[in-house]
Amino acid sequence: MIGEALIVLDGLTRRFGALTAVDRLSLEVRTGELFGIVGPDGAGKTTTLRMLAGVLPPSAGEAHIAGISVGRDPEGAKPFLAYMAQRFGLYEDLTVRENIEFYADLYRVPRRDRPARLERLYAFSNLGEFEHRLAGKLSGGMKQKLALCCSLIHHPRLLLLDEPTFGVDPISRRDLWLILHELVAEGVTVVVSTSYLDEAERCDRVALLHQGRMLALDAPTVLQESMSGRLFAVTTAAPRAARDRLRAHPAVQRAVLFGDLLHVVVQPDTPAASIAAVPGVQAVRPLDASLEDVFIHLVGEAAGQEAAA
Amino acid sequence: MRKHALDLGRLLAVARKETIQLRRDPRSLAMAFLLPLGLLLFFGYAISWDLKDLPIAVRDEDATRSSRELVDALEGSNFFQVAERLDSRAPIDHLLRHGQVRGVLVIPRGFSRDLAAGRRAPVQLLLDGSDANTAIIMMNYADAIAARWSQQVLLRGQQLPGLATAEPRVWYNPTLASRNMIVPGLIAVIMSIIAAMLTALTIAREWERGTMEQLAATPVHRLEVVFGKLLPYVVIGFIDVAGSTILGMLLFGVPLRGSVLLLAGLTLLFLLGALGLGIFISAALKSQVLATQVALVATYLPALLLSGFIFDLGAMAPVLQAISRIVPARYFIAVTRGIFLKGVGVQVLWIQGLSMIIFAAVGIGAATAAFRKRISA
Repeated sequence: MIGEALIVLDGLTRRFGALTAVDRLSLEVRTGELFGIVGPDGAGKTTTLRMLAGVLPPSAGEAHIAGISVGRDPEGAKPFLAYMAQRFGLYEDLTVRENIEFYADLYRVPRRDRPARLERLYAFSNLGEFEHRLAGKLSGGMKQKLALCCSLIHHPRLLLLDEPTFGVDPISRRDLWLILHELVAEGVTVVVSTSYLDEAERCDRVALLHQGRMLALDAPTVLQESMSGRLFAVTTAAPRAARDRLRAHPAVQRAVLFGDLLHVVVQPDTPAASIAAVPGVQAVRPLDASLEDVFIHLVGEAAGQEAAA
Repeated sequence: MRKHALDLGRLLAVARKETIQLRRDPRSLAMAFLLPLGLLLFFGYAISWDLKDLPIAVRDEDATRSSRELVDALEGSNFFQVAERLDSRAPIDHLLRHGQVRGVLVIPRGFSRDLAAGRRAPVQLLLDGSDANTAIIMMNYADAIAARWSQQVLLRGQQLPGLATAEPRVWYNPTLASRNMIVPGLIAVIMSIIAAMLTALTIAREWERGTMEQLAATPVHRLEVVFGKLLPYVVIGFIDVAGSTILGMLLFGVPLRGSVLLLAGLTLLFLLGALGLGIFISAALKSQVLATQVALVATYLPALLLSGFIFDLGAMAPVLQAISRIVPARYFIAVTRGIFLKGVGVQVLWIQGLSMIIFAAVGIGAATAAFRKRISA
């Protein structure tokens, strides 16, 4: 399914005054991929997506979508992409149906195609029975589904979603992700930003962003494996004292309290026995790294490098 | 850079969306329809430069049939009302000073004798000059009444040799009813303000509500947005002008002597410019509160003061005259007054038409230039 590069970022940069919101971002998103842009608030996710959507000009660098430069020709890619802003961007004083029709008009969707498309959109979003309700009177989850319907009415090749599950209840969140997987199965390329790392694990590949910089770019499983053998759960009677002693250990990069446990990241090829030998440590058990562990680790490394430089 | 053709379907989609939103917003509807008609009624009744029943005092020292006839003629005109008949000249100063009367007519002894002898028979009119406008109008009224009365005396066979009277005749508005001047001008002033206010909200509202970011990511062209938003308001503007015209004719008896078609055409040009100005302000400021205030200030005072609505442009300082040339209301006032009162056609109003074409082009051009499908900061 996954083909050649649809999006190419080459040193993409956006500054707001003294702040560099996105700093020399270079990556490729391939056709048919479910691509995650992952990071905490202020990582540059929204800024990146806005530049891709052609609503915010880059300060430097380039982004091409299907060969079209978003900086030089921001309108060029708009007919075949869809962008869903983080903030609900539809008309609250228009009904569900009127909003969808408006977007169908803007993308010049032929009238004869509309009934079938509407039916499909209503089928997966369950918005059919609320067709005549004002958008402002929908719940948060339903608003997001409506925004998705408006984005999909013109059958875009590329879907850009900025934190689509932000402030959405868990059921609607799951529904939205099911829809995204369906779209990807149909060949749509999806770029989705999120600050939820459990959601990031559902993506084919993720770019981990922190303060405008990319820390890592790979499939979630690969990123997790990069830490295999380096993450341990340590059981101890006196966690705080043990943590301080572990931090003094030359092979330990990080030691963080997780309830009664300590999560410890060590240099590659450090034997577990070397950790178990630290006074106060009762047991050492290897852990599978979650994306969160990877992210925290990478942020720590980046901070360490910055401090060293 | 590839070309993106304008699409009428998208333009109409924007217009339709805007119309639906308007229909569901009582505040905008009130501003679009009730406010202009309300203002017309309010100002139409409140502003009047016609004077009626001005209180005057009379000191008739002649006390003859002729002098009483002259006083009756003044009183019979409806312009004046004799509030006091004085026994001496002593209280005159007090009466004027306290504003109890606006003027005092003094008919000196010997008035009827001079009249009978065929000599000029002067009477004295003392006026309160602190309100110069009113004083001048009173003077003209009194002159006219006295002249007419003299003529009647003449017709009754009394000789008044050597009395040459100027006969001013006012064309287009023979009774000099100021309401006839006011209503057409008022329509132009009100529409200048309302038009800019209406569209001042449109773009700013979308930026504030976050709908513009979504709209900006679609292939819609800037011109499609600007014209799509303009269209419903042009229709509203037409309804307002038509309603005001009908109201002015039925309620205030204002004549409509010229071509309705010409009025419609020039109204369209004016609306395009005024509405475009509102969109420009909205797009440039991106804040509804700020845009409304700027639109009000930018239109209200110039339309009122520098348009010829109240003050004669010819009598203004050259600087103000120069500024008035960029006040669109000035041209629209000339159009409404010209068509309503004089019934003039294109051969006279082409200058105004041309000016308003320029205004429309500048307004819409500025609106399109200021509106970007880009998030700033």
